[in-house]
Amino acid sequence: MTGQGRIVPGGARDIAWRQQIGTVTSCWAALAAVAVIVALMLLPAYASRGLIQDLIFVLVMLTLAQLWNLIAGWGGLISVGQQAFVGLGAYGLFAATVLAGLDPLSAILLSGLLTALVAALVGPLLFRLEGPYFAIGSWVIAESFRLLCAQFKPLGGGTGMSLPNAVVADMAGLSFVQQLLALRPAAARDVMVYWLILLVMVIVTAAIYLFVRSRYGLAVVAARDAHGAARSVGIRTERIRYTLWIAVGFATGVVGAIAYLQKARISPDAAFSVVDWTAYVLFIVIIGGVRTLEGPIVGVLVFWALLYYLAQFGSLYLLTLGVLAIGTMLFAPKGLWGTVAARFGWQLFPLRRLLLRR
Amino acid sequence: MAWLDTVVQGILLGGVYTLFALGLSLIFGIMRLVNLAHGDLIVLAAFLVFLVMASFGVPLAVATLLTIALMFALGFVLQRAVLERVLGDDIMPPLLVTFGLSVVIQNGLLLGFGADSRRLQAGAFETLSVDVAPGLSIGLAPLSALIIAIGVIALLQMVFYRTSLGRAFRATSDDTQTAQLMGIDHRNIYAIAVGISLAVSVIAAVAFGMRANFDPSTGPARLLYAFEAVIIGGLGSLWGTLVGGMVLGVAQTIGARIDPEWQILAGHLAFLLMLFLRPRGLFPARQP
Repeated sequence: MTGQGRIVPGGARDIAWRQQIGTVTSCWAALAAVAVIVALMLLPAYASRGLIQDLIFVLVMLTLAQLWNLIAGWGGLISVGQQAFVGLGAYGLFAATVLAGLDPLSAILLSGLLTALVAALVGPLLFRLEGPYFAIGSWVIAESFRLLCAQFKPLGGGTGMSLPNAVVADMAGLSFVQQLLALRPAAARDVMVYWLILLVMVIVTAAIYLFVRSRYGLAVVAARDAHGAARSVGIRTERIRYTLWIAVGFATGVVGAIAYLQKARISPDAAFSVVDWTAYVLFIVIIGGVRTLEGPIVGVLVFWALLYYLAQFGSLYLLTLGVLAIGTMLFAPKGLWGTVAARFGWQLFPLRRLLLRR
Repeated sequence: MAWLDTVVQGILLGGVYTLFALGLSLIFGIMRLVNLAHGDLIVLAAFLVFLVMASFGVPLAVATLLTIALMFALGFVLQRAVLERVLGDDIMPPLLVTFGLSVVIQNGLLLGFGADSRRLQAGAFETLSVDVAPGLSIGLAPLSALIIAIGVIALLQMVFYRTSLGRAFRATSDDTQTAQLMGIDHRNIYAIAVGISLAVSVIAAVAFGMRANFDPSTGPARLLYAFEAVIIGGLGSLWGTLVGGMVLGVAQTIGARIDPEWQILAGHLAFLLMLFLRPRGLFPARQP
């Protein structure tokens, strides 16, 4: 993307400038990204069910990490209450399918709208808390919804419930997938969930990429770094942040609904778990690198590898992740990707603007 | 009389919540740091008191004093070795580091002590109570928690406004660079502040550990109560925090009276209502 502008410093000689985002590497990276996405799309034809289930988990965490990176890294709204949106999305899915009898696919969309509505309602309240207190405020909101959902008896109250088999069996498109890949219904459901989350991950990542490169992306970063100055040049900082908050709420709710379509069992403690839906997500972004699109991808691969070797140790796994995240913040605050990229000048998904003399 | 009893119990509970909140408020006031591990540090302190009592066979009071010294040192080192490196204009690094610390402490405690819930034993003192009126009795342990909370606030106020250390605290909080020009080492001032915060957390831990069970997972809830008390009371006012803690405590006991499952939720809702009605809290100290 290139833009043109004329800057006249102090009324002296005209100097023409060209604004450029992107490098030669990034063109190749875009091609490689398309190839990887196509390969991931075709994977269910060859891969085992176990690998597909693993990848669903990885893609869910990756999408959540990208979304948190957007709201906290670029937007400056450091939420530790993302589990509120995941949990509400999950409960939205169960309510829409079990209580209202809707098809899971439309229920997922509806859950996203529900979380967007909740984000729109609690946003103005949370934005009253200055800087770091916003973080704990978002946690209080998440806890409140956990306790409210625990009181909601039609969906199992505090103990939760399982998604009835009939709900998934009648899912639109399931029989098509079943015939296409010659699978049993349970495996076909996994493949559908896999394709859904892959689609959402690609849309979310592409949307973040386009947003951060747009002038709105620049505006939101300006609002984060110098709120007063941004306002004084005419940026509607509050409105941009609020819109971003609602959009992230929507997408996080959709991811929550998809994740729980696969889990098929809900409880308030699991759906609103701060460890599962916020701590892991934060650690992925920190270890990979805040404020880059590549960071969460690197982070989720590290997370997956550690999970493979340490998951059976439970607490030790979380302890290791926590220590690793703290260590990264202390000694390589840009994260694994950020540090390496800064060292070699790599940019696969270029977000930096270069000002070049024509 | 039953409702009066509910309100009185809530006010007494507020004493414990005030103790939770003081440490959080203190370091935010001096260094603009919100410590997301605050609740877990309180639970860590409770486990340390428990450990000291069990291994040396000393009474609760002695164990508390030993742990206060230990936690002050821990706070000092934590600031100098970890938090100091990430403090700056960007609010994200310190938040993420303390959030990571919260997870590390929780799982460290889980590995060290297991998931069983514990309680601090204070002998006969736990059950002593005075009958104020028919149907209204006040437990001595909750009452002493409230009195200690008031005492700690008075002590902190005295340190802030009557001592040279307090002057250094206020100067560093107002303008770090000028304070440095006057020969104040802000790094040590910050480290002492975190040390005091954790020392107060030990008192909070004992008040809490005597009246309720604790296990490694109870930290985050302590953080949320502390935060709610601070915001309801108004930023920057310690006496406001006391009132904030009492409002939270009363909201919780009233909620619990309606339905025991509603206790925590009622506290959160009271906080959100207060944020809606008076976003700057009841007694805000700093003007915008």
